Amino acid sequence: MNKPLSTVRLGCGAGFSSDRLGPAVDLAQRGALDYLVFECLGERTMAFGHRDRMLNPTRGFNPQLGARMRGVLAHCHANGTKIITNMGVANPRAAALLVIDIARELGLHGLKVACVEGDDVSHLIGPDTAFMDHPGTVKDVGLRMVGANVYMGVEALLPALRAGADVVVAGRVADPTLFLSPLVHRFGWALDDWAALGQGTLAGHLMECGMQITGGYFADPGYKDVPRLADCGFPIAEVQPDGSFVITKLDDTGGCVTRATVKEQLLYEVHDPAAYLTPDVTANFSRVGITEVGPDRVRVTGGNGSVRPDKLKVTIGFDGGFLGEGGVSYAGPNARARAELAAEVVRERLTRINQLGGDPRIDLIGLNSLHQTAEVPVSDSADIRLHVALRSTEREDVDTMLWEVESLLCCGPAGGGGYRGQVTPCVVTHSALIDRDRVSPTFEVFTA
Amino acid sequence: MSQRTIHDIAHARAGDKGNTSNVSVWVYDPKDYPLLKRTLTAERIKLAFPKLLTGSVMRYEMDDLHGLNFVMQDALEGGVNTSLNLDSHGKSFSYLILGMPIEA
Repeated sequence: MNKPLSTVRLGCGAGFSSDRLGPAVDLAQRGALDYLVFECLGERTMAFGHRDRMLNPTRGFNPQLGARMRGVLAHCHANGTKIITNMGVANPRAAALLVIDIARELGLHGLKVACVEGDDVSHLIGPDTAFMDHPGTVKDVGLRMVGANVYMGVEALLPALRAGADVVVAGRVADPTLFLSPLVHRFGWALDDWAALGQGTLAGHLMECGMQITGGYFADPGYKDVPRLADCGFPIAEVQPDGSFVITKLDDTGGCVTRATVKEQLLYEVHDPAAYLTPDVTANFSRVGITEVGPDRVRVTGGNGSVRPDKLKVTIGFDGGFLGEGGVSYAGPNARARAELAAEVVRERLTRINQLGGDPRIDLIGLNSLHQTAEVPVSDSADIRLHVALRSTEREDVDTMLWEVESLLCCGPAGGGGYRGQVTPCVVTHSALIDRDRVSPTFEVFTA
Repeated sequence: MSQRTIHDIAHARAGDKGNTSNVSVWVYDPKDYPLLKRTLTAERIKLAFPKLLTGSVMRYEMDDLHGLNFVMQDALEGGVNTSLNLDSHGKSFSYLILGMPIEA
């Protein structure tokens, strides 16, 4: 414990549930990392996890957990890299046991895997629980609640790190916390050192979306070119004991780390840059300094913070029924008029003939779709796809809509082809606040 | 020749939380920052897309880094819970703003 503090190297091995595996294996193998973090848990991903767990009590964690661990575990073990992840989703215990099984398969006997629990606060949520950011309560939603999870902070992960866990599997903790926790653990920052926690949260915030800081979600050919985007690498943060850090990536991977990629990610999903709320700190990103110090090396300083919020955010998930989406395409002369006629026919069939409840949305892809409500001028295309979408708690309504769209092939305007249709299960999420002192994180360590 | 757009002088990224969208806009050349600040106001964005932006639009200024952050409440047609837009996260909203002409 007396050895001098040195740089901590953090890697991000996933920035969302379906992120790539190969670049994470590269980092595990050649990143010389202290910690490899997998952030795989959106609000809706959690609700789907609860649904999976209801169907099968041994499931409910990230479906790619096994593949990811088989890819990185042996490398991390060989290189002394610890793994931190929220891939436990709605079932961190079952997830940790799967990691144990894989460690044994790989002959990594003695590997310590911790599961972190306490984020499931379903028992604290009732019909009268009020929402955080809009009027209404749980009972007003009128849908079946599937689970409720609180965003936990560093106190949830620190005990597992202190117990020497090689892999820490959690469910809901704040995304930047996954990165801040090892910094607090290694540098011994106090949990009321708001400036340090603010700067560490800045590192976590920049890292948590993976490639969004190394060239992903960024390229705009001719304006913002990204080299070898198909081979884009995941990011590395080299963090100093004072919290300042350099964002970089492996030299031989594609992508880029520049002031521009860092700036865009700095305010990604941020509202007031001077008050970014996490369970750990009210972080202030308003005076951040960003400097290129070498090729694909950007130094970031100036994150700050003030006292953490008293209340913690809870995401409440509900079963949202079904989303149906179906489409038919029209191309060549007069395609627009034929597609517009198809849209009229579908609307009339759904509302007048079938008297379907709900409000279907009809887009003409190629003419305008994503920005239809924004009413931007339509583009002129001779290759247009009718796209119809409907949500319903009744599967039958969604199936009826798809049947009507498919029937356009023989019953609609001339030259319509390429019908595809799909039904996907939906979840609905709302947020509430609870007092911090009602949350008690726990952990348990298993040994392979 | 077509009118110059914000896309010619700046880059942007969109994010979402619930039914709120935020788009940060950053000039490539710091010399264009005063122009961006003058022309791209919260009021102008709100008025440009009245059917889409049904709530408030707030602007935060990042003077050190030459960027503006727009926070648009009730902008995502209900957000991922209820929106039937193919892009229910509003990932493409960065390009909605970048497509606006530089001069109002």
